[in-house]
This record gives sequence, C-alpha cells and structure tokens, in this order.
Amino acid sequence: MEEILCYDGTDICYNGVCAVHDARFSLRSGEILGIAGESGSGKSTLIKAAMGLLGPAGLVTRGDIRYKGKSLLALSREERRTINGAEIAMIFQNAGGSFCPVRTLGSQLFEAYAEHGGSSRDAFFRRAVEVLRKLRFPDAERILGSYPFELSGGMQQRAGIAAAMLSEPAVLLADEPTSALDVSVQKQVVEEMLLVRELYGTAIVIVTHNIGVLRKMADRVIVMKGGEIVEAGETRTVLEQPRQAYTKALMAAVPKLKR
Amino acid sequence: MDGPILSVRNLTKIFSRRGQPDVTAVNDATFEVRPGECLGIIGESGSGKSTVAHMITRLLEPTAGQIFLDGEEITRLRGAGRRRLYQKVQMVFQTPVESFDPRRTLGDGVGESLENAGMSAAAVREEVARLLAVCGLPAEFADRYPHQASGGECQRAAIARAIAIRPALLVCDEATSALDVTIQRDVIGLLARLRRELAMACLFICHDIALVQDFCDRVLVMHRGRIVERGTPDEVIRSPREEYTKMLIDSVL
Repeated sequence: MEEILCYDGTDICYNGVCAVHDARFSLRSGEILGIAGESGSGKSTLIKAAMGLLGPAGLVTRGDIRYKGKSLLALSREERRTINGAEIAMIFQNAGGSFCPVRTLGSQLFEAYAEHGGSSRDAFFRRAVEVLRKLRFPDAERILGSYPFELSGGMQQRAGIAAAMLSEPAVLLADEPTSALDVSVQKQVVEEMLLVRELYGTAIVIVTHNIGVLRKMADRVIVMKGGEIVEAGETRTVLEQPRQAYTKALMAAVPKLKR
Repeated sequence: MDGPILSVRNLTKIFSRRGQPDVTAVNDATFEVRPGECLGIIGESGSGKSTVAHMITRLLEPTAGQIFLDGEEITRLRGAGRRRLYQKVQMVFQTPVESFDPRRTLGDGVGESLENAGMSAAAVREEVARLLAVCGLPAEFADRYPHQASGGECQRAAIARAIAIRPALLVCDEATSALDVTIQRDVIGLLARLRRELAMACLFICHDIALVQDFCDRVLVMHRGRIVERGTPDEVIRSPREEYTKMLIDSVL
C-alpha cells in the first residue's frame, strides 16, 4: 500500500524543549492509525506539525514530515493553502470552538469550499447536502442553516467531520475528537469516521487516550510516552499482547466494562 | 443495622431564568446511602448527576424534597448549621487545581478545616503532613502552591483535605475524570483504601461506567433528571431493564 504521510526521524521542540523525539512511522492510504498516550506524551504535537499548527514557539528541529513524498516543513503560505483542508484536513476536540459562533454552518462551509476553488453557491449547497446525506445526517438543510450553538456537542463534531469531507482530503487528522463527548455520542462520531473511510477511502490519524475508540477504529496503533514512540503495531496485538512495560501498565490501568 | 448515612427523598431542582423555559435538572430523586457504602451515579452530561451532588453538599438550594444526613434534615441548612454539616460531608471535584485557592499553599487548604475546628498551628502542621503521607504525597507538598503540583498531585491533596475531619460521607463528582488513566488508577486505589480504613461512605458520580462497576457497591442511572434504574453494578450492566440503560451500556466501546 502507498505510504501517504511519512514521519522520518522527526524531532519537534517548543522553545528549544523537545516534545517529540525521533518519530518514525507512516500512514498508508485508506488506513486508520491510532496514536495513544497520556497528557504531555506529544501525541497532539505530532499531528499538529503536519498541518503547520505548532504556533510561533514550535518547530520541527530534525527529520522530515512528507505528504506523498513532498516535505511539509518548508511550505510557502500559498503551498500550505493548497494542502491544508484540501489534501490534509484536521478536526479538534472542541468542534464548537472551531466554528465561528455568529455565522451559520452553511456560510462557514461555503467559505472553505470557495477557498479551494468552488465559486457557485448553488453548486456548494448541492455538494454540502450530498455529503451530509451520505454521512447519514437526518436533516442536511437544517444543519446548514444552523448556528453552531444550536447544535449539540456531538452534532457539532459530526458537522466538523462533514465540513472536512467537502473537499475529500486524502488524510483526516483527528485530535481527541470524542474526548469531550458522552459515550452514546462518542459512538456516533466513531461510526461517522468509519463511514468516511468506507465512502471516500480517507486515511485517518486519530489521537486519543480512549483505548475503546482505538479498538473500534484503528488498524494500527502507536503508543507514545514522554515524546517517544514506545510501541507500534497492529491494534489487536498492541492492545492485547503489549510488549513494552509502559504499554502493559497503560492497558492495565484502563477500566474495562465486564458485560 | 444502622440507618442510612444519607437519605434523599423526592429531591427536585428546577432552574428558572427569566424569558426562558424552566429546566428540571433533577426530578423527584429518592435514594439512600448506607454507612460505609459506595453508591455510584452514572448518566450522560445534563442528566442531573452533579446537581444532585451540589444539593447534598448545600451548594445549591433544592426546589422540593428533603435531604437527611445521619437522620438529621439538612435540606435548607444555612450559616452555622451548614458549617457543621461539612464536618460530616466533604466533596472532591473534577478539577483538582481549581479547587484550591491559587494564592494559598496546598498545606493551608488541607489544614483549613482542622484550624477551624480549633487545632493549634503546630498540631495542624503535623496532621497535614500525616494526611498528605496517607494520600501518597511527601510532606514538602504542604508548602507548594496549586500551580506547582500536577493534576494528580492536586487531586491527592484534595482528598487529603476532604478526609481531614474524617467525614462520614465523601461526595466525589467526576473526581478522576480529568486524570490520565494511570493516575486515575492510583487515585482510585487511594480512595478504595481510605474507604476501608475510615469506614467512609461514598457518593461516586462518574460517566465512566467501567470504573463505577469496579468501585461501587450499588449504582443509580440518571436520565434527564430522573433516576431510571438502580441496582448492583453487575445487575445494571449485565441485565439492564430500561431501554435507556441498554443504549448507554451498548455505547461503551
């Protein structure tokens, strides 16, 4: 399978302090890769780096991050705009916070659509309704006409995923997308991401501390601790027969429902 | 057998705001906690779990119903009565760092109730060190400010503060939800040990159903302000009767 996103010995530092050290892994096209680890382990930093979202203090200080063979590190503003959103999209923990509160979702989604070459409102509306319907939203027109605060947290996150899919990116980066949600809504968001892969063949990187989410979604899992990848492999193997002491301790600490 | 340490009867809380429809956050809740027992409350955001906890600890005024602690009605206690209540009930919150005064040391926070009870400064210092040690923190944490401790360390200090006056009931509102799982396991281990050693009852509010199954003797399921199901964790999780409970359990990945 084609390696679509590749981290090659990447170090990432904030103000000279290393947050990620020597990250080496690849995301294959159509694959779902989970990144597990606790607070401060560097898992969010890892995917933000691919989007150029490290902020003024953050910098990739060694190695490379490549998308389809092309380095993502020294992109001009223009090049970055052709990649972010169109080729690689990202969703965050607080979906409501990534929308503007005083404009409808439809008008914000149109802006993103226009940014990537679309210009007709009618064509946009048809396309948005089509994507929302495919992703099994019960009432696509109503969602587009809503302000973010009129939707529940779960619906905001689902709308965020749908917005990302308008331009059919090859890669979706998801940073703790279910962590702020109740379990029943969490399940819907996980199912929507699985549907996205099924319908569009999107490769997904999901960063989460929720082992249940990884078990349900991920083909492979990377475990991070203190900025380093301590274990990587097939999801089932890593979760059920971990080799490293840290992964074992992490799995043992997760409360498991005895049904 | 002793009577219940906590008895809640027909407790209701309606939030009214001008120009907006009333919100019934808790609707006719009735339950008991027996001495030494751990009762879990599960349910989704907005189901009323925390509102129940806030009424029991007198941080919110109930709209209707009654609350009895150790046989005494506390539903509308104020002033000195309410302060006396806190010698029997203590609370641990979700956000450990914010539950301490940022301008005072953790030692000041842990020792405050002892000081109020008339203990001398030297005795308070000694007891704070002992309490911190019980909760797995070195004595030097007494001199640290909340921002100088991690979330897990602050939560241990918050537990030390809560057990200082040996409460009969500890109310934990998502006390481990903000912690990483490895830290959560340690804090749960600490709470389990303290419950045994102090014979303390516990009201354990938590959205993590697996954790409640491990930690609690009985569990209530809340949905839209109502208690919709109750029983032992195994009864509720393995053979739920209500559709809502089934859906909730099925959603756990």
